[in-house]
Amino acid sequence: MITLGHYLVVSGMLFSLGLAGVIARRNIIIVYMCLEMMLSAANLALVGFSRFHLVNGLPDYTAQSLVFFTITVAAAEVAVGLAIIVALFRSKQSVDVESVTKLQG
Amino acid sequence: MPPLLFYLFALITLGFGFLVVTGRNPVTCALALAASFVGLAALFLSLDAYFIGVIQILVYAGAVMVLFLFIIMLLDIKTEEGKKLNVPAIVSGVLLAVLLTLQIIAVVGSTELANKTSQNTPLALAEAAGKIGKAALPTITNDLKAGTLPDAKLIGFTLFDQYGFHLQVIGLLLLVGTIGVVVLSKRERSAP
Amino acid sequence: MHASIILLLPFFSALVILLGHRQLKGASVLISVGSSIISFIACLFFLAAEDDNKLLLPFLDVGGHFHAGIEVLIDKQSRGMMFIVSFIGMLVHIFSLGYMKDDDAKPRFFGSLSLFMFSMTGIVLAGNLIMMFIFWELVGLSSYLLIGHWYQKASAAEACKKAFLTNRIGDFGFMIGILLLFGANHGSVNLDDLATAFKSGPLAPGAPGYSAGFTTAAALCIFLGAVGKSAQFPLHVWLPDAMEGPTPVSALIHAATMVAAGVYMLVRVSFLIEASPLAAEIIAGIGCFTALLAALMATQQNDIKRVLAYSTLSQLGYMVMAVGAVAMAAQHGHEAHGPNPGHPAMFHLYTHAFFKAMLFLGSGAVIYACHHEQDIWKMGGLRKHMPVTFWTFLIGTLALMGLPWITSGFYSKEAILGAAYDSGCSILFHSAALTALLTSFYMMRLVIIAFFGKPRTESAHHATEVPVIMCLPLIALAVFSVLSAWDGFATPLQALKPAHEPPHATVLFASIAAFIIGTGGAIYLYRGKDKDPISIKLFANKFYFDEIYAVIVRICQDRLAWIVTALERVFVDGLIARLPTAIVARLGAATRLLQGGHLQGYTFLLGGGVIAVIYLVVFVLPRMGH
Repeated sequence: MITLGHYLVVSGMLFSLGLAGVIARRNIIIVYMCLEMMLSAANLALVGFSRFHLVNGLPDYTAQSLVFFTITVAAAEVAVGLAIIVALFRSKQSVDVESVTKLQG
Repeated sequence: MPPLLFYLFALITLGFGFLVVTGRNPVTCALALAASFVGLAALFLSLDAYFIGVIQILVYAGAVMVLFLFIIMLLDIKTEEGKKLNVPAIVSGVLLAVLLTLQIIAVVGSTELANKTSQNTPLALAEAAGKIGKAALPTITNDLKAGTLPDAKLIGFTLFDQYGFHLQVIGLLLLVGTIGVVVLSKRERSAP
Repeated sequence: MHASIILLLPFFSALVILLGHRQLKGASVLISVGSSIISFIACLFFLAAEDDNKLLLPFLDVGGHFHAGIEVLIDKQSRGMMFIVSFIGMLVHIFSLGYMKDDDAKPRFFGSLSLFMFSMTGIVLAGNLIMMFIFWELVGLSSYLLIGHWYQKASAAEACKKAFLTNRIGDFGFMIGILLLFGANHGSVNLDDLATAFKSGPLAPGAPGYSAGFTTAAALCIFLGAVGKSAQFPLHVWLPDAMEGPTPVSALIHAATMVAAGVYMLVRVSFLIEASPLAAEIIAGIGCFTALLAALMATQQNDIKRVLAYSTLSQLGYMVMAVGAVAMAAQHGHEAHGPNPGHPAMFHLYTHAFFKAMLFLGSGAVIYACHHEQDIWKMGGLRKHMPVTFWTFLIGTLALMGLPWITSGFYSKEAILGAAYDSGCSILFHSAALTALLTSFYMMRLVIIAFFGKPRTESAHHATEVPVIMCLPLIALAVFSVLSAWDGFATPLQALKPAHEPPHATVLFASIAAFIIGTGGAIYLYRGKDKDPISIKLFANKFYFDEIYAVIVRICQDRLAWIVTALERVFVDGLIARLPTAIVARLGAATRLLQGGHLQGYTFLLGGGVIAVIYLVVFVLPRMGH
């Protein structure tokens, strides 16, 4: 049988994949995609908990509301993030994260 | 949902996810991400979260991916073929991913909560209609009595009933995001 | 009433001049001289003031437990001393009008002089030890300013620094002494209270509160103040150097008044010294040693002012010895008696102030006439060119030597010799007699070389008599040098003249013999000589005290500095400054590696952190019982 644990493990693996991508990839657009993957992994975990935490015999819709918010915020984040990438590309002619080291201490 | 389908969609999700992480061509990566999100949406459906599954496809696999592809095309980003691999970053990324996965498996394995299945926690729609009572709208109770799960209605009810203020804040966030995008995209006059 | 006028007049004079000397210019001289004349007149009235001990101005008042204010103690001692200070102060002010005529910094000079008059008045009138200490320091300050008046000269700048620092050692002892008495007498440092406590109160010898060790310590600490101010061995080194100041200053401060303040203060606290036999012996011993040492040094000096400076040292030693000797005599039962018993030390201070001020002003006149030449071997024959100066100087010299039965010096010196004889210590008496002999010798030597014979240089040949304004103070002081010990002068001027007793034959004989042998020796050796026939390097070089002190200071200071440096290197620099710096720098360098600016690095750290936090929260904390 498929248990909550299965969903959580899939969610965790998806999150780990995204994290590995964020760390390993240099193309900032792909880094962004990986970030989206991590957010989606979190959404999967939330929906899983929602389904298996019954309230009055129904899934916990508070969790699904949170997923709704997350998706909205992620969409806004993608919009702003891609705008930043465009601006960055204009000034650096590159989408390599290595070219952005202004935070160096 | 039969276990076989779960494993299939999990495999689609994770496999295309892996392709996103390893793909050399950004366009490939974007398409793989879309495929991965479709698999994820199927997993949402298997969890009786139809509304979330649908907006996952609409918003992510649709709008967001189009945005990504648009930017990739706009900036005319080449593949990374020529560039050498960043070995320490890859090693550390893989290491961290493996560690985190193992840890999550350990955490999941250490709790009884993870043993819940759709069999031992079944949805009880008809009883729920009575329990929700007067608080809910008639359309929800009617649907419940008819034996269907009105999850879009229920999410909408939860949002507007309990999280009205938060919804307003999200709206403001989107507005600010829109303005921010406009400001960021505007070319500076002094720029060469 | 009079007391506050005497105290405040020079204060306001000093304040006005020192604040506005640029605007006032010549007027400041008039203010200063005028204030000194007015305070002299006020002092004449003050001589008739009644004995009193009153509070003029509450100054320090701490919670009722401790209070010290500007208190005025009026008795025979302060009235007599006040007359000396104001009289000589006035004459020196007048003399300075001539002597400092061509000086550019006259306002500063007269302002400092007024400041000195104010501070000295404060010491004399002080009714408690704290007030005395405050003015004691002010006197030190004005002395510093006046010695360094010609600060452009390196030697003057050095000398004022030396005087100030040497006095600081003494003042520190004085302060500790005051604090000891403050603790012993339950917070009261009023001189009358202390005298009562030590004579018949809880601190008197034999009373339950008496402790011989404590009393000796307090007396010696207080005495250390006098050692500094009155230039006693071993802190005597500053006084000869202080002669770098203008000569009127030397006359007023470093001969007549300020250096006598130590003796004045010792007489003020004589109740304390009488209560401690050991302290009395030490004080007498140091005074005697200083007197003899300084007299020996004076015999080989060639600078006219330095001869007088060592003479002053020697006479101060005499007075300090007298303080100790009187206390010793009192312990042996030779108690002074009568309604207002005299004190040999104060009496010698009184006579010495006149003739030593006279001698210094006379030497000032000589220096002025010889165009600032101070070497006596470059003078000679001045007797004919400067008759007034010569005769007054001679009178002063004879007074200092103690010409029997005529001059004042004879009586006061005989009183001291008598006290030394009564003290029961034969060493004191013999040393005192030897000092008297040496005094006659070196003073006669000075007079013969400078005033007799032929002029040895051009400047001595062309010397002319000084202006009238400088002669008048000389004549006035010469009169006092001769007559001040007579009852007709001493009684109205309230000098603490010891009650006349038929002198011991030994004392009388010793005093006359010292005079004759000293004078005769000097005439025999120096008459008609153009070069010093005897040369004793040890005396000429002041027993090498300056050199010894320099070595001691250098060794101690170098060692101490080495240790302090080592401590500083290890603890301050090393442990407090460098170690934390190094730690912070290393930490900074280490954390800077993390701040590489690489987004992926940050993400890696974030992921690692998340893993660590999950590990801690899920696996570690439950086991620890949370």
